[in-house]
Amino acid sequence: MAIIITVVVLLLIVSGVQILKIAELRAISQGEKIYEVSEKEGKSQAILMLVFLVAFMGFFVWQIASWGGLLLPVSASEHGVGLDNLMNVTLFMIIPVFIITHILLFWFAFKYAYSSKRKAVYFAHSNKLELIWTVVPSLALTVLILYGLSNWNTIMKPINQEEEHVLIELVGQQFSWGARYAGEDGKLGRADVNYIEGVNFMGVDASDENSNDDVVVKGEFHIPVNVPVQFVMRSIDIIHSAYMPHFRAQMNCVPGLKTQFNFTPTITTKEMKEITQNDEFEYVLLCNKICGAAHYNMQMNIVVDSKEDYEKWLAEQKTFAE
Amino acid sequence: MSTHHHHHEDFLFKYIFSTDHKMISKQFLITGFLMGFIGMVMSTLFRLQLGWPGESFWLVDALMGSWAEDGVMAPDKYLSLVTMHGTIMVFFLLTAGLSGTFSNLLIPLQIGARDMASGFLNMLSYWFFFVSSVIMLISLGVEGGAASAGWTIYPPLSALPQAIPGSGLGMTLWLVSMAIFIVSSLLGSLNYIVTILNLRTKGMSMTRLPLTIWAFLLTAIIGVLSFPVLLSAALLLVFDRSFGTSFFLSDIYIGGQVLEHSGGSPILFEHLFWFLGHPEVYIVLLPALGITSEIISTMSRKPIFGYRAMIGSMLAIAFLSFIVWGHHMFVTGMNPFLGAVFTFTTLLIAIPSAVKVFNYLTTLWKGNIVYSPAALFSIGLVSTFISGGVTGLVLGDSALDINVHDTYFVVGHFHIVMGLSAIFGMFAGVYHWFPKLFGRMMNNKLGNVHFWITIVSAYGVFFPMHFLGLAGVPRRYYTNSNFPLFDNMVDINELVSTFAIIAAVGQLLFMFNFIYSALRGPKAPMNPWRANSLEWTAPVEHIHGNWYGDIPEVHRWAYDYSKVDESGEYIGGEDFIPQTVPLAENEHDGGGH
Repeated sequence: MAIIITVVVLLLIVSGVQILKIAELRAISQGEKIYEVSEKEGKSQAILMLVFLVAFMGFFVWQIASWGGLLLPVSASEHGVGLDNLMNVTLFMIIPVFIITHILLFWFAFKYAYSSKRKAVYFAHSNKLELIWTVVPSLALTVLILYGLSNWNTIMKPINQEEEHVLIELVGQQFSWGARYAGEDGKLGRADVNYIEGVNFMGVDASDENSNDDVVVKGEFHIPVNVPVQFVMRSIDIIHSAYMPHFRAQMNCVPGLKTQFNFTPTITTKEMKEITQNDEFEYVLLCNKICGAAHYNMQMNIVVDSKEDYEKWLAEQKTFAE
Repeated sequence: MSTHHHHHEDFLFKYIFSTDHKMISKQFLITGFLMGFIGMVMSTLFRLQLGWPGESFWLVDALMGSWAEDGVMAPDKYLSLVTMHGTIMVFFLLTAGLSGTFSNLLIPLQIGARDMASGFLNMLSYWFFFVSSVIMLISLGVEGGAASAGWTIYPPLSALPQAIPGSGLGMTLWLVSMAIFIVSSLLGSLNYIVTILNLRTKGMSMTRLPLTIWAFLLTAIIGVLSFPVLLSAALLLVFDRSFGTSFFLSDIYIGGQVLEHSGGSPILFEHLFWFLGHPEVYIVLLPALGITSEIISTMSRKPIFGYRAMIGSMLAIAFLSFIVWGHHMFVTGMNPFLGAVFTFTTLLIAIPSAVKVFNYLTTLWKGNIVYSPAALFSIGLVSTFISGGVTGLVLGDSALDINVHDTYFVVGHFHIVMGLSAIFGMFAGVYHWFPKLFGRMMNNKLGNVHFWITIVSAYGVFFPMHFLGLAGVPRRYYTNSNFPLFDNMVDINELVSTFAIIAAVGQLLFMFNFIYSALRGPKAPMNPWRANSLEWTAPVEHIHGNWYGDIPEVHRWAYDYSKVDESGEYIGGEDFIPQTVPLAENEHDGGGH
C-alpha cells in the first residue's frame, strides 16, 4: 500500500511539473507574462464568485431544511423559553446581516471584476457612511445586550429559600455522575473528598446529622415538574460540566468549589415523549468539559415526573443512613 | 545598523543563523507550514474517527501505530490529537507562522528600514521557535502520548497523569515547549514594536503606514502584554505538577486516594489562560486583516476605504481584546455580575468588526478587481470574518452561551472566524508576497483552484457544526454514538468528515505550487501587482540592507490607486502612484484626510 501511494504521488508530482513547464513555455512563446491575470481569466473568477454566492446560500437553506428538525426540542424549563426567544431574536438579527453582507460582497466581487475600459473610483472615505455603520450596529447591540442581560439576571437569580423547591447536589467524577437529594430536612450533609470510602463515592460525612436523610442515586435521577430545582454542583477529581441541553442548563463542576444552577422543569418525560413523538426519549445529563478518556460516555438520565410520582420515587430510595 | 554593501557569507550564516529579516521570514514560513501540515493531518485522522466511529482506517493505523489498535484510535489518543491539533494550529501556524513570516518580511520593507532593529534578537526569536517546535513534535512520541487535556490545558486534568496518560511526560514537554515559544514570541514582538516606532524612513509618518504595519504593531503589543501571563500560568502549573504546590489544585480524589493538594483553584488557571487566550485570537486575526486590507486595496485598484477608521477599529479591537476573556468562563461558576460585564464588553467588539467589514465592502464597490489568488483569498477572508463573526453575538451573550457553551457551535464559530480568516489571510499573503519571499511567481491557475477547493470544503466542514451545536452535541467527544440523543447526527458527521478530507487533499495542491514555484517558478519582476508600498521598490534579489543606494523617501500614503486629476486622467499616467512619488502641486495626501 505504502509503495503504491508513493509511486502515485511521485507520478503526480512529475506530471504536475511538466504541465506547469508547458504552460509557461506556451505563455512565453505568445509573449504573455504567465503571472498576469488576463481580463478573461478575471471574468471567469468573477462568475465563480456569483456561482459561489448562490451555492453558499443554497447550502445554508438546504441545511436548515434538512437539519432544522434535528435541533433540540422545545425547552423543558421555565427560563429556557425566554432563552429560546432570545436566541430567536438574535438569529433574526444576525441571519439577515449574514445574508445581506454576503450578497453585497459577492455581488461586488462579480460586478467589479477588472475591465480595461473602466476606471476604479477613487473613494477613500466618507464620514457619513462611517458614522452610519458605527451607529447602526451600536443600536442593534444595545438591544441585544439589554435583552440578553435581563435574561441572564433572571436565570442567575438565587432561588428563594422560603419557596417550595428541591435541593439536589450533582457530583461529577471520572466518568460518572451522582445525585444527592437533601431529604426531608432540606439540608445537604457535609461532604468532602476525605470521607470517600467504598460505596460512599461522594464523600458524605456520616457524622453530620444532616446527612442521615440525604438520598444518593446513580444512573438516573428524578425531578418534579413545575417545582424549582436548586442544583449544587461539585466534582471530586477534575473539572466536569453538568450539561442538561433540554433544560437549557449548564454549569461546570469544579474540584474545591461549589457551583450552582437553578431551573424549573415544565415538561415531564412522558409529555416530552409525545412532543418529540419518540417513545425512547429521555432527558439526559452529560459531561461537557473534557475530563479524560471516557469523557464521551459520562451520562446520567433525568426523569421529570409529576409531583406525586416524584415523591413516590423518592420515598422508595434508600437514605444515606440506611 | 547593518550596512548595505555585500559581504561574503558562508552557508551557515546565510541560511541557518541568518540575521537578515527576509531569510528569517522564510524560516518562519517554512517551519510554520510544516507544523500546519502536521496539524492538518491530525485533524484528518480525528475526522475519520468522528465521521465513521469505530471503523478501521489504513491511514490511522499507519500513522498512529500502537495507539490505534487495528486502525481504530484509542479514546485518550483522540483527545491527544485534538489537543495537539489546536495547539499547533493556534500557536505554531497562526501565531509564529503568520506573524513571524509577514512581520519579519514586511516591517523593514514597508517602513523603509535596512533590517529589524536587532537582527540578532530576531535570529534568536526564530531559533527559540524552532526548538519549541521540535520539542512539541517530540512530545508526540513519548510514553503516554502527547498532551491530551485540550489546547486550553485546564488543570486538574492537565496536572494529573492519573487523570489521563497524556498528562505525564507529554504534558511536561508541552509546557516546556510553550515556555520557549513564549520567549520567541516576546523577542519577536519587542523587535517589531521598536522597529516600527524607530526605523521608519523619511516621510513615513504613522498615518502613512500601510495597514499591514499597523496590524503587526498592534499584534506585537497585544503579544507583549498577554503572553507573559500565559508563561506565569504555565510555570505555576509546572510547580503544581512537579513540586507539590497547590495553585490550581484542591479537594481531589483520584486513583483511589485523596491528593494532598489543598486550597488552589482551577478557575484561577482559567483566568490566567484566557487573559492570553482571548487576545491570542486577535494576535492570530489582526495580521490577517492587515494583509487583506493591503491586498484588497491593491487588487481592486482602489484606496482602502476609511483608512483612519480601519486603524481606529484595530485599536478598539486590540483594547477590547484585553477585557473580554471572561466570556470563555460564563458557566464556570464565576459571579454572575462578572458574566454580565463580560457580555457587555464582548458584544462591543462587534462594532469595530462591523466597521471593518463595511469598509472592505466599500473598498470593493466600484473597484476594478484583478483576480490574483491573493485577491480571491482576501475576499474569502471577508466572507469568513462575517460568517464566523455573527455567531459571536450568540456566544458572547452569557445567557445564550449557557446552552451552546463547549458544543460544536463553538467549534464552528471559532474555526470560521479565527481559523479560516487567519489561514485565508496567510494564504493571501503568501500568494501576494511570494515574489518578495522567493523572487519568483506562484502559478495563478493552481492558486485559483486551491482557493475554490479550500473555501467550499472549509464551509462544508464548519458550517454544519453550528447545527450540531444547536442540537446539543458537545465538542471533544470521541464519538457521539453513546447517546441516543445524537443518533440522527451521523449523516452530518459523515458530511463534515468528507469535506475535511477534500480540504486536506486540496492543500496538497498548494504545497506543490509552493515548492515548485519557489524552485522553478517564473522569475518575478520588481512590482508584479503594480502596488504602491515600499517593498515593491526594493530589488527582487535579496540583498543585505534591502535597497541599493539610499533608502527611498516617502511622500504619500500607500493607497493612491486610480487617482485622477480634474480632467479624469490618471495622475502620473498609471492607475497607481507609489509612495515614493512626491505630491503634485495642490495634491492632497489621501491618508491625512
